[in-house]
Amino acid sequence: MGKVLNPAPVIEEIPDDHLLKRVMEMKKGGFRLSQVCAAFVDGKFELSYSFGDDETYEYVTLRVVIDPETEIPSITEIIPQALFYENEMKELFGVKIRMISVDYENKLYRIEKEAPFGPGKD
Amino acid sequence: MANIKRSPWLLHYDGSSCNGCDIEVLASLTPVYDAERFGVMNTGDPLQADILLITGGINTQNRDVVKQLYKQMPRPKVVVAVGVCACTGGVFKDCYNILGGADEVVPVDIYVPGCAARPQAIIDGIIQAVELFQQRSEEHDRLVRDMKAWGKRKPKAES
Amino acid sequence: MDREKTERLETNRSIEGKRSVIPFGPQHPVLPEPIHIDLVIEDETVLEAIPSVGFIHRGLESLAAKRDFNQLIYVAERTCGICSFQHGMGYAEAVEHVFGIEIPIRARFLRTIWAELGRMHSHLLWLGLLADGFGYENLFYQCWRIREKVLDLQEATTGGRLIFSVNCIGGVIKDIPEELLKKILASIAEVEEELKVLQKTFMEDYTVRSRLSGVGILTRQQVHELGCAGPVARASGVSCDMRITGYGAYPELDFEPVTASEGDAYARCDCRLREVFQSIDLLRQAIGRMPAEKDLSTPVKGNPEGEYFMRVEQPRGEAVYYVKGTGKPMLERFRIRTPTFANLPGLCEMLKNTKLSDVGLLVLTIDPCVSCTER
Repeated sequence: MGKVLNPAPVIEEIPDDHLLKRVMEMKKGGFRLSQVCAAFVDGKFELSYSFGDDETYEYVTLRVVIDPETEIPSITEIIPQALFYENEMKELFGVKIRMISVDYENKLYRIEKEAPFGPGKD
Repeated sequence: MANIKRSPWLLHYDGSSCNGCDIEVLASLTPVYDAERFGVMNTGDPLQADILLITGGINTQNRDVVKQLYKQMPRPKVVVAVGVCACTGGVFKDCYNILGGADEVVPVDIYVPGCAARPQAIIDGIIQAVELFQQRSEEHDRLVRDMKAWGKRKPKAES
Repeated sequence: MDREKTERLETNRSIEGKRSVIPFGPQHPVLPEPIHIDLVIEDETVLEAIPSVGFIHRGLESLAAKRDFNQLIYVAERTCGICSFQHGMGYAEAVEHVFGIEIPIRARFLRTIWAELGRMHSHLLWLGLLADGFGYENLFYQCWRIREKVLDLQEATTGGRLIFSVNCIGGVIKDIPEELLKKILASIAEVEEELKVLQKTFMEDYTVRSRLSGVGILTRQQVHELGCAGPVARASGVSCDMRITGYGAYPELDFEPVTASEGDAYARCDCRLREVFQSIDLLRQAIGRMPAEKDLSTPVKGNPEGEYFMRVEQPRGEAVYYVKGTGKPMLERFRIRTPTFANLPGLCEMLKNTKLSDVGLLVLTIDPCVSCTER
């Protein structure tokens, strides 16, 4: 029988001004950024920043819930590779993110429809 | 020269397909299925291509690419839509970024069904395209001949 | 020296050492799919690579609002035609976790068998494309000839060559009868024999070796920081394989993640080759230990309520499926993070300070699946 390492995934809800601090802590803790995604639920954005550990297979998701008008800081100054995820959220959802290291200015996918998953979704 | 059949060259463009049809198009050109035995050849250059194989639906970004590829191909030309996405938009028809099948932007002659289209179906489509191409090039030749004959007529015939 | 000549010399001098941007793609001979990369080059050396995607963007995640959770499995499968089964499986497992149901043990084994067959055909496809990328056309055709045997097995067991549609929420809809299991064993033995010959060519051939080794090195540290996944990470020594998290029948099977330490194109090729043999081994174990059970799926009642992050090891690496349901038949959010999306920053890093002539090859070594990436 093979070994199984499957700690239950954790979802940790944090206020938006703690985001950078927690991301820094995750990075120092040896986690790797696994994915970032957004969801538009009941008039609010739910942003999920997931981190995985390559040895213990832990999976921790930081959850930030914000109003559509709230601007959040980019995590690219801590984890540069997050730029594709953040550009995607910005373009598809219309999440307001400041200071992305390489900002594609809503030209990552170059779609015609503006923020198809965002507040104006059908 | 009239009885010599032509060997049309294929150009494959991946619209917004899921890769399944692209891989099957490639597989039908490799030796196991070997579509090349029907006299076609795969090329990457639209300026030298005669048959355009499109896989996947048309989205807002590749609309102009497909149009341009079609324009760059010399006449006569044949367009084959491979797979259900290229025919109608398929499973992605309701997506916000999909405009529809390949016939939204270019005239399609042959529709190959399937998700993903099987090599057998693709080869069938290619054979039909080769026949259609032969027919069209004969028409094209006749037209060119007629035009030449018209050009050779004495000026008085014009008046 | 006349004036014209001096002027020309001066212009030449000012061109030297200047940067220029050249586009790579969207239509490029090494790739069947469109991806566009802007390469900032100085002389022959690439200084920076800026990818832009979107040629295949369909927006299939938006279909979650238009299809119910049972229908969405067919959309999830069509994210990518190469690893289609695993996309369907990942989505189904995520929804099953939201429902909190256990699927029958035989269904878990069947999923594992199909997933490993898919991995074999995906890796063989990649090996062929790589051989084509460095101009070894014969090797390309050989790989694809072997791959057809795997595709025949997939067609015999499911009815589809690439897209199977055998998953359902709660299990699978088809069984593999005993004689077909025997046929799988016979066929993979043939594949193993033939691949051993090709492995010798890939690993020991002087020209292949000198083309691949030392190109596009990513260190272990870089791989970790850039968040690379799958064989790209494992070739740099990160032993990270999501199959250890124990979905499907993997808890019942013995395996160790395949790793290498060099982190160059040669190591990535080596990893994928050994993973094909690993898949053959896993298939043998799975078929040998498969329990005889009639039940293939657990019925689900009601609508999904809750959320789950499911991780699946695809041929290209870790894929993340996020499902959020609010008790309605339509999911609130369905999201796929595909392995190529995670490997893009790694690609940009590995392209830095390489020669322009290596770019095509290096883009291939991450096994890019553009239609996955853009969804």
